[in-house]
Amino acid sequence: MRKPEFIYVTYIETTPEKLWEALTNSEFSRRYWWGTEVKSDWKVGSPFALVMNGTTTDVGEVLEVDRPRRLSYTFHHVLSEAARKERPTKVVFNLEPYGKLVKLTLTHEDFEDGSVILDGISKGWPAILSSLKSMLESGTALAIPPSCLGIEGVQ
Amino acid sequence: MNIDHFKPAIVYTIYIASTPEKVWQALTSAEFSRKYFSGLAVEAELKVGGAFAVRTPDCSLHIGGEVIECDPPRKLTITWNVNWPGLVEKLGPTLVTYEIEQAGEAVKLTLIQAHDRPISDDILSGGRTGWPAILSSLKSVLETGQALVIKMEPPQRMLAALKQMGIGTP
Repeated sequence: MRKPEFIYVTYIETTPEKLWEALTNSEFSRRYWWGTEVKSDWKVGSPFALVMNGTTTDVGEVLEVDRPRRLSYTFHHVLSEAARKERPTKVVFNLEPYGKLVKLTLTHEDFEDGSVILDGISKGWPAILSSLKSMLESGTALAIPPSCLGIEGVQ
Repeated sequence: MNIDHFKPAIVYTIYIASTPEKVWQALTSAEFSRKYFSGLAVEAELKVGGAFAVRTPDCSLHIGGEVIECDPPRKLTITWNVNWPGLVEKLGPTLVTYEIEQAGEAVKLTLIQAHDRPISDDILSGGRTGWPAILSSLKSVLETGQALVIKMEPPQRMLAALKQMGIGTP
C-alpha cells in the first residue's frame, strides 16, 4: 500500500526566482494564502511558522534550502489538540525550469496512519497553489472562501 | 453503462478565476482545447450516450469515448479511451469525470480518473503527468488568454509497461 502522502504538480509561467520569492516572502504569501504570513529566515535548522492574522497555525523547522530549486520544512499544525499530538510532517517544494515555465511539485509526506490533518492539507494545497499561480501569471490572487474547501471545522 | 464499480485512481483539483459556464466550454470545445491541450481538438456530443473524441491536428482519433453523465455546467462524465491497439481490451475503459463548482469568485474544477480494475502505478504515471499540465494550461487560458507551452511526452515507464502487456504504443 502507498504511504499516505499528498503530491501536487502545477506549471506556472514565471521564473524559479520569482516563484521562490512567492513561497518564502510573507508579503507575497499574504496575498495568495488567506492572509497567511510565512515566517522564517530560511536557514537550515531555523524555525518556520505560518501566521494567519496574528495567529500561529503551523510551526516547523527548515530542512533544506537550495535556492531556487528545492525548499523543505517540517510542518506541525498547532491549532487543534488532535493535530498537536501528531508527529510533524514534511513539506518539500521542487522548482524545475520547464521551457519558459516552472514546474512546481509539492510533496507533503510522513503522515501518521489515520492522520487528522491529511484531509485538510489535501483540500488546502490545491487552493493555495492555484491562487499562487494566478498571482504570478495575472497579478491577481484568487478569492476562495476557506468555507468552500470542504474541510471539516473550517468556516 | 453502469459505472458503479469504477474506482478513482487519480484526483486533481484546480481553482480558476472564471465562471462555471466558461470552464465547461473550455473542457468541451475544440476551439479552447486546441489552445491548452497540445493542439488536440475535443469533440463532445453533449448528451448521455453522445460521442466523445479527442483528435490530433491531422484529425486522427487519439481518444474515443462516450458521454455517460452530462449536467452542464456542473458535471461531465465520459469514457476516455486512448486509441492504441489493444489498450481497452487489456486495461478496460477509462472513466473521466469533471466536477465544476463555484467557490466564492473562483471555480473549483475537480478531475477524477477512474477504472474498473486495479491499474499499476507505471500506467497511471501517464495521467499523473498529463492532467496537471493540461489543467494548468486550461487555467492560464481562462485567466490570462495565454495557454502554457508545455512539451509533453508519454512517460517512458508507462510506455514500457503498456508494451509489456502487448498494447500498441506510438
